[in-house]
Amino acid sequence: MKTENQRLSKRLRRKRAGRRWGNVFAVAVFTFIYIPVAMMVLFSFNDQRTNYYWNGFTFEWYEYLFTKSTLWENLVVSLIVAVASVILSLIVGVLGAIGLSRFEFKLKKTINSSLYIPIVIPEVVLGISLLLLFDFCQFPLGYWSMILSHTTFCVPFVVIIMRGRIAGMDMSVEEASMDLGANRIYTFFNITLPMMVPGIMSAAFMSFTLSIDDVIITNFVSGPYATTLPIKILSMVKVGLKPEVNALTTIMVFVLVLGIVCNSIFQAAAKRRASKKVVTYY
Amino acid sequence: MAKGKLRNNAPAIATAGPVSVWMIIFVLLPLIYILVISFMTRSSYGGIDYTFTLDNYKEMLQPLYLSVIVKSFKLAFLTTAICLVVGYPLAYWIASKPFKTAGNLLMLVMIPYWTSSLVRLYSTNLLVMPNGFINTALMKLGLIDQPLDLLYSDTMVLVGLLVTCLPFSVLPLYSSIEKMDKSLIEASKDLGANSVQTFLRVTIPQTAPGIAGCIILVFIPSLGMYYVPEILGGGKVMLIGTLVKNQFLVTKNWPFGASMAILLILITLAIMLIYTRFNKLEDLEVC
Repeated sequence: MKTENQRLSKRLRRKRAGRRWGNVFAVAVFTFIYIPVAMMVLFSFNDQRTNYYWNGFTFEWYEYLFTKSTLWENLVVSLIVAVASVILSLIVGVLGAIGLSRFEFKLKKTINSSLYIPIVIPEVVLGISLLLLFDFCQFPLGYWSMILSHTTFCVPFVVIIMRGRIAGMDMSVEEASMDLGANRIYTFFNITLPMMVPGIMSAAFMSFTLSIDDVIITNFVSGPYATTLPIKILSMVKVGLKPEVNALTTIMVFVLVLGIVCNSIFQAAAKRRASKKVVTYY
Repeated sequence: MAKGKLRNNAPAIATAGPVSVWMIIFVLLPLIYILVISFMTRSSYGGIDYTFTLDNYKEMLQPLYLSVIVKSFKLAFLTTAICLVVGYPLAYWIASKPFKTAGNLLMLVMIPYWTSSLVRLYSTNLLVMPNGFINTALMKLGLIDQPLDLLYSDTMVLVGLLVTCLPFSVLPLYSSIEKMDKSLIEASKDLGANSVQTFLRVTIPQTAPGIAGCIILVFIPSLGMYYVPEILGGGKVMLIGTLVKNQFLVTKNWPFGASMAILLILITLAIMLIYTRFNKLEDLEVC
């Protein structure tokens, strides 16, 4: 009996030690992941024309960014491409997710598998395949070629996210709507679509982040007149990045983190309100 | 009759139609076109001359290109192995936390991935500059007299690949660990297995889909990420992705670039075939 107890406590002690090492390990990994981000932020304050080594602290680059920088033009191009391709991929992807999870048709298996191609294939292959397509059709490289390409790699993610959400939805509500006399289109816009809003939001966020940071594919399909921010940065990397780039990306990260925090606060508040409502009903 | 059939099919066509057409036009047909072009000849102006040849594939066997292929595989393999060794315990640690904390921690893993990867890689490079932080610190501590020559090396490319790929590896691993039935571990220990045995015989097989997902999401992309060697290799380190990109954007030898792309496609197909033998495609956790 005593030995049994001893063995148990030994296991418990080992578990506790394991947890401590686990924390140390996790902190180490997070440090590794965050060092580049910290460096990026730090060097946005670097007092040097081009970032090579630390030369002292300055706010100059933020001032430069808001007064003289031309990077905003590229950010605007990035945002236009991202927003347009998010909208397009949501339309194609959400409809597609419904179609692929509800209906049976001949090509279903092929389409289902082909959705995974843009996800698993090296991006460089997708990039050249799109370049070849545009070249073959003599489609000019510019905004539309970038939007169509970004939509191509966003659609699969939208379909996969939405398919998961649709599987978890109670579809009897839809049938009830149709039983009560609504037609398919009315039911879709008033019942199905509102039920899918949370899924659509996360699909939109995913697509937006994929589009705004894409380098590999955009590099092949961007034209001479419209350059997205990542492509502009790629062209600057060879001669060294100016701290102004770090300043802009630092602001972008800050906005993103702020958005995430606001979103979680908003959701927590919504949940609290919802639970309060339930209480008042009873 | 025909009208009735159309009417019955209308919802299916309206929903699945656009995505099917999109995938065929933008994904399947271009991939077939790459295969066709890889057997064609380069025309003198950098265009494509539609005469059949096997030269593009023969050219790949030149020692210069073979060494690029071998190096790419080596780096991709190392990246995947380190991502697994580092990502697995991290995912396990996150999964051991309460659900809400775990969600926040995953968010913390993903935030760097949402910041410009180019600037992050460039900043990583600044660390190892001869007068960068690492060398300065090591010299002040008296550990080295001369700055370490880390700049533009295979090691830095590997670090860059890790910086870019690590977040991807944590997600699929986390979800498979989170889904695992934890009572199996207790059962195994109660039946007398030690921690190592339990881990190898219970935990690993139970989380195999996550490990497979991690390999797919790290190994395959890291073969093609040409901007990582460009920034951290300083043009000295070449990978398959760089080679393909250069054939299309710099030297304009599209047929040869296409044949390299076919190599990448074949590798992807082979890995996916192995994956689908043991798992369903739908179980691949990508987001």
